[in-house]
Amino acid sequence: MTAVTENAAPTTTTLTVAKALTAALGDAMESDKSVIMFGEDVGPLGGVFRITDGLTKRFGEERCFDTPLAEAGIMGMAVGMAMNGMRPVVEMQFDAFAYPAFEQVVSHVAKMSNRTKGQVRLPIVIRIPYAGGIGGVEHHCDSSESYYVHTPGLTVVAPATVSDAYTMLREAIELDDPVVFLEPKKLYWSKEKVDLDALRAKFDGGSSDDDASEPSIGRAVIAREGTDATLIAYGPSVPTALAAAEAAAEEGRSLQVIDIRSIVPFDDETVTNAVRKTGRAVVIAEAPGFASVASEIVARVQERCFHSLAAPVLRVTGFDIPYPAPKLEHWHLPSVDRILDAVDDLQWED
Amino acid sequence: MSNDIGEKTRAEAFMLPAERPIQLIDENGESRTAANSSGEPYAMPDDQALLAAYEKLVAGRRVNDQAGALVRQGKLAVYPSSHGQEACQVASAVVLAKQDWLFPTYRDTVAVMSRGVNPVEVLTLLRGTWHAGYNPYEFNVATQATPLATQLLHAVGVAHAAKLKGEDTVVMAMCGDGATSEGDFHEALNFAAVFHVPVVFFVQNNEYAISVPLKNQTVAPSLAHKAIGYGMPGERVDGNDLAALLSVLGHAVDRARNGGGPFLVEAHTYRMQAHTNADDSTRYRTDEEVQKWVARDPVARMQAYLSERNMLDDAAVATIAASAEDIASALRDGMNSEPEVDPEDLFRYVYSKPTPQLQEQAAMLREEIARETSGA
Repeated sequence: MTAVTENAAPTTTTLTVAKALTAALGDAMESDKSVIMFGEDVGPLGGVFRITDGLTKRFGEERCFDTPLAEAGIMGMAVGMAMNGMRPVVEMQFDAFAYPAFEQVVSHVAKMSNRTKGQVRLPIVIRIPYAGGIGGVEHHCDSSESYYVHTPGLTVVAPATVSDAYTMLREAIELDDPVVFLEPKKLYWSKEKVDLDALRAKFDGGSSDDDASEPSIGRAVIAREGTDATLIAYGPSVPTALAAAEAAAEEGRSLQVIDIRSIVPFDDETVTNAVRKTGRAVVIAEAPGFASVASEIVARVQERCFHSLAAPVLRVTGFDIPYPAPKLEHWHLPSVDRILDAVDDLQWED
Repeated sequence: MSNDIGEKTRAEAFMLPAERPIQLIDENGESRTAANSSGEPYAMPDDQALLAAYEKLVAGRRVNDQAGALVRQGKLAVYPSSHGQEACQVASAVVLAKQDWLFPTYRDTVAVMSRGVNPVEVLTLLRGTWHAGYNPYEFNVATQATPLATQLLHAVGVAHAAKLKGEDTVVMAMCGDGATSEGDFHEALNFAAVFHVPVVFFVQNNEYAISVPLKNQTVAPSLAHKAIGYGMPGERVDGNDLAALLSVLGHAVDRARNGGGPFLVEAHTYRMQAHTNADDSTRYRTDEEVQKWVARDPVARMQAYLSERNMLDDAAVATIAASAEDIASALRDGMNSEPEVDPEDLFRYVYSKPTPQLQEQAAMLREEIARETSGA
């Protein structure tokens, strides 16, 4: 049965990304008893960002629990729990705090299926509050996606909207492969009007064959249509790219914005079609640009769209520096102005 | 009246290992008695159990030596020998019930085969045809781990899930002395104690981590002493004494199965051969030291004990040796056969559904191979 009927009044509500994630976790735990949630402070406190708010109360401390303070321990225990029939969702409290778990992620989480020829699957979701822009101190603002995307076996996603936060987290939990789920911290409190029941209807045996139920993981989306150039972004950079497109429109330039949202698998098709349409492109990401996801996207676009390009594909990224202190971060992060400058550099003929 | 200090003292006494490693059969094959630090005696396993385990001991020794020969013939890429540690290997598998799990390291080939896995499949990793050659769910044996101590956390996870699901499952988590220096060892023991899960941590202290001796790993009185810091009992045992291992590990498994929580067992043993064929052990230890351990050999010791008890005669020894020879022969045949590898397997198991990028790369490889085959 679907939750939405033709006669029902629209159930649109205004939701933050944070609340959408909480709803996704709760709904997934409700529909599948093998889904369990653990990490540091995720129990009674509800997580330092309150994403797991109320889950321990609702599902009991066997299904949403605090662990000793040890990231490798959390990650390694998740491997064993997944081996024994559970679907663990773990929270790495902050991006840079996940590094002690890196060996478990790279050597075991990513490789277990491959090592065992698919006999052991690890349906683990690694939730990481991610990236900067919130005035956080050292080690609380890293953009760590390059480390994960360079590791075959990991699915790596970074939603930027409320509806993607809900849908992609539910999809990640249902996937039989491990997923690194990057939650842009600065977007936790951004709001959107969504029809939560309609989003829910895609899961729990809801509508299955309409286009909306096609997985979001693995698919990029056009966040804004445009004809002159394409901005390619993901996670925390998507709203910045949209703001840049808005500003450019006022100056008479029509910019298309692609939200990658799934870095691995990467949707070459949507990206290349979009770039071919405009012939010009700028890739935007917070992480240091050297050897980064932004570099990879530029390379893929040049390889596939060379004859459609009117200009080299440019990047607007963070500098190649350790994440700066809060008073300095606004000089580091990609800004609307920096994006517009890059667009201006795309060898326009006028 | 309860006495807090008294309670604490008793708890500590209970968690601390006995003053000397537990031994039930000495180097000459004579039986001994031993008790834990609370004075509770460890029972000698019955003769039939020892005889059955002895057969696995002989098979394990033969496979170790066969694998060494296969490395020299170029049929195995590498082999970390457990010659001299066979009693630890056999006991760790024998004390488990069918539904229990074993988490081995790369050196635990004999433990894995003692659990029922075909030695040819066990050696897939070391032969280089695939990383794991057996299905972990068939015998509840995890893949052999090469990074140190990482698998101990997986063992805790399996046990934790088993506990939440109400399963009757105990997990045997194996590592060597070097692994006890790793952070994952600490985290695994701490998690196991905090969540009170049924895991037996079994450290085979064979004195060296490749070339680095135990004194460079720890200054603790023994590795078993570490247990009390996590709030679990620890025990040390003569790792070349099959009877003592069966008794102590069996006790730890029973205790875990009955809700007693985790247990740390340290076996004092010795790696008679080099770390692997790539290692030169004469650079870091003397022949004199190695010879000292020959006298403590686990196989000869058990044979002496069982012969003395009229459980083994020359004919039985010969029959058991012949059976071990059959296993070695099957292993030779398996390793001499041309390994079948499918290049497209490279892409098949990375994700449950290959990404578009992997599909493209598989197509590229297919074309390359087709060109080579057609000679174009």
